[in-house]
Amino acid sequence: MIDPALGTLAIELAYWQETLIKVGVVAALVPTAALILGYVFLLKMMSFMQSRLGPMDAGPFGILQLVADGAKFLQKEDIFPARADKWVFAMAPIVVLVSTMLVYVLIPVGPDLVGEAVDTGVFLALAVSSISVIGILMAGWSSANKYSLIGGMRAAGQLIAYELPLVLAVVGVVIQAGTLNLQGIVAAQATGEIFGWGGIGSPFILTQFVGFFIFMIAVQAELTQTPFDMPVAESEIVGGYQVEYTGFRFLTFFLAEFGTAFAFAGLAAVLFLGGWWVPGFEIDSPWLNVLGPIVMFIKIMAVSFFIFWFRFTYPRFREDQLQALAWKVLIPLSLANIVVTGVLKVVF
Amino acid sequence: MIRLSSADTETTGTDEEETEEVVETDEAREALLSEITERLGDGIVAHHIDPGHDLIIRVANGAWAEAALALRRSLGFDYFTYLSAIDWLPSPFGRSMDATVDLAPSEDPAEAAEPGPIEHGLCGGETRFQVLARVYSTRRHLGVTLKADVASDDDLSIETWTGTYPGADWHERESWEMFGITFTGHPGLRKLYLPHDFEGFPLRKDFPLLARQIKPWPGIVDVEPMPDEGDGGDDSESGGEET
Amino acid sequence: MTAISERRQLAYIAAQASDARVNVELETEGMTLNMGPQHPATHGTLRIVAKLDGEQVIAADPIMGYMHRGYEKLTEVRTYPQVTTLVNRIDWLGSFANEVPFILAAERLMEVEAPPRAQWIRTALFELSRIANISLFLGDMALQLGALTPAFYAFRDREFVLNQIESATGGRFHPNFDRIGGLKDDLPKGWIAETKTAMVKLRDFCDMLETLVTGNEIFEARTRGIGVIPAEVGLSYGLSGANIRASGVDWDLRRDQPVGLAWNEIDWKVWTHPDGDSFARFWVRLQEVRESTKMVDQLLDGLPSGPIMAKVPRIIKVPAGEAWVSTENPLGEMGYYVVSQGDLVPFRVKIRSASFNNVSIVPWVLKGVYVPDIVTILASLYFILGDIDR
Repeated sequence: MIDPALGTLAIELAYWQETLIKVGVVAALVPTAALILGYVFLLKMMSFMQSRLGPMDAGPFGILQLVADGAKFLQKEDIFPARADKWVFAMAPIVVLVSTMLVYVLIPVGPDLVGEAVDTGVFLALAVSSISVIGILMAGWSSANKYSLIGGMRAAGQLIAYELPLVLAVVGVVIQAGTLNLQGIVAAQATGEIFGWGGIGSPFILTQFVGFFIFMIAVQAELTQTPFDMPVAESEIVGGYQVEYTGFRFLTFFLAEFGTAFAFAGLAAVLFLGGWWVPGFEIDSPWLNVLGPIVMFIKIMAVSFFIFWFRFTYPRFREDQLQALAWKVLIPLSLANIVVTGVLKVVF
Repeated sequence: MIRLSSADTETTGTDEEETEEVVETDEAREALLSEITERLGDGIVAHHIDPGHDLIIRVANGAWAEAALALRRSLGFDYFTYLSAIDWLPSPFGRSMDATVDLAPSEDPAEAAEPGPIEHGLCGGETRFQVLARVYSTRRHLGVTLKADVASDDDLSIETWTGTYPGADWHERESWEMFGITFTGHPGLRKLYLPHDFEGFPLRKDFPLLARQIKPWPGIVDVEPMPDEGDGGDDSESGGEET
Repeated sequence: MTAISERRQLAYIAAQASDARVNVELETEGMTLNMGPQHPATHGTLRIVAKLDGEQVIAADPIMGYMHRGYEKLTEVRTYPQVTTLVNRIDWLGSFANEVPFILAAERLMEVEAPPRAQWIRTALFELSRIANISLFLGDMALQLGALTPAFYAFRDREFVLNQIESATGGRFHPNFDRIGGLKDDLPKGWIAETKTAMVKLRDFCDMLETLVTGNEIFEARTRGIGVIPAEVGLSYGLSGANIRASGVDWDLRRDQPVGLAWNEIDWKVWTHPDGDSFARFWVRLQEVRESTKMVDQLLDGLPSGPIMAKVPRIIKVPAGEAWVSTENPLGEMGYYVVSQGDLVPFRVKIRSASFNNVSIVPWVLKGVYVPDIVTILASLYFILGDIDR
């Protein structure tokens, strides 16, 4: 399969060269995205919401603070707990990070700008994102620490419970778009019409608002952000599965957390907000390869804003309340949403 | 939002009312004392009323737990304030502060240990250690301080209060580790504050406070004359803090 | 008839036996979770050893003493005025309130009474330290439940109160301002107006928390019905202050046990809540902060003029006697039983601190709750380690 992104540049590359470039781009994107989200939201927005300035010293307005933090993390000693299972302990953050990177491969930011346009893109994205559970369980178990173990167990229970509403919420979109391909979903939104007016297409947030609502709650839980941050709950289990990690390995968890937030915000943008398409352009206009990434970035930041806004505002649930919310509210709601969507699809 | 409140507090103001109140509560304490005497009979050894402030009752060692039971179950003293102990032995290390009374810190602390006669406080006492506790009634708004001797100077034991006031648990553990008083019937006398292998009973008067033994507190020796010595009001005002 | 009931009984026994067999086979081993002494939820160095079944607590045993400073022993080698520097550090967030009952006890033994102005300023500073103390609790409680933001607002707005305490006493945390017979100094110029502005800010803070925290569904879900303490049980454990008022006991020492301060001269009310759960404890404290700001306003309006020190001897020697004075401190009832033998130093001081009793109910109340509720309950009982360990 020839990658369309490179095809437009009219350069013939061997498969391994293409792959190498893609890997390089994704590997650079994940830390960049994590740094952007970390700086804009974790450091600055949170500070402003809490009536303080946040970091101001490293670089103008402290923009280099996270770089400095990262450099500090890299200098830290790499500590393994005495009774840890060393291999599993070392692998866990990498598994989590790889899961994040795999999602980046699938998210399109332009008609030709996509790592790998897979026909089952939606489900592949959701599937690879849940690999991180394995990494978290590995971390929780291998640390030989009770807080880690509780955190790992909580994470597993929570991520499994929220995987279902996440997928079910997307099913509505898939039914409406009639495809699992993420590019197809963008195209479906671009060519859609709102009561016969096609000026801005028809972003699925308008028709699938229930799905969007469920999707965002489930994303919040998948990301273990407050109010669903029991796996790390600092005041209860002191960081949960991360408690024994230091230095570079902790940094990897941090990158994965914020990288995943960026990726899920990207998924939400593609699935519900119209993706990279800009009103007024043809769906295959080459200009969108330039404008698409910018539009996507704006949408991703908007979605991330809400994710972090909730994070800084809400207290956290208790584990059983979280499960009750998932199984008793979100899953029935998303199933109802699928039924309604299916019926409407058949009727109209 | 449920807004619950008690009746608004009355603004009681003037000095006359306060004095009236004093007399009134005094009567209340007299009445209370007679009620307690009715329940405990011979258990009460001595009592003292601090008008308007407090009622102190000394009960016999054997009547200690019974007193708690009577106060909680029959007289409505529902609130447990504290339980502790006193070591009435005059400190063998002097009073560390008063130059005229203080014994010179000796090279060998054991040698200096020549305790004077034991002077008991209010309500008297017979043993070196006394247990004291306070309970309060949230309905009558009166409190009672109870005192009791331990069984004897050789047998530092007394009945536990944990059956009546569960809150006494930790207080008794504290008194046990600090004074060495045994509370018979207590569910688990373990160290509360101190390390489990700590030896000695720190709050006993003959337990040396090592920091003071090594370097005597400068205390009163250090007082410099005030700049405006002799100025009546200022003198009394600032005098208290310099000693 | 007999046969049927017998058969039923046998079936029941058989079922019980098979249940027991299954339980033996599938028996899970309890886990002991050690929270503290270094744990973010323990505000210092309280350690809780919890036996868990899954995430449910079977038994919890608090262990303290990591910060025991032996104040009861140390008071025996300090003169009366020096003791205040020690007791300042018992409840370090509301330091001034710790000094007051001790000074009052000494004054009672000496039969000295501070002039009215001193009493009013004492009361005002007492309430200010209550506000400083509890406003931090209000933010911290939300923090323990995972909401970061209110804690920062609490720190920000507490600063207004601390500034006032500092400008009046010279110390932000440890004023050491109270003297036997009065106060160290009179109030600085302009202090009253500034304090009133600060009180307005604090009332805004209370309003904000009421909408931000108590109105939050997750907060209510986490605190309602969690850690319910019936009034009778709470009293027998010696719970005091807002903890017991949240169980519906209408009892406040400021009103019910006059010690000579100005509380009876102003108009205020005692807040109670019937539920006795964590939410009630939070709610009562929130109302108390607001009530205290109003009390400070009234105290400053009615401030009498006159001297701030009574005539006391230069070297304070307290006549022999015994006195118990307790006041309604931010954390609950704090009292001193002072035994004097006519010396410069107290013979024995029993320090009754509120948190010690408030925490002693922890083993009772933690039975059967989940791990996250440990944090909720500990936060809502609100203790300060210095106040437990003394």
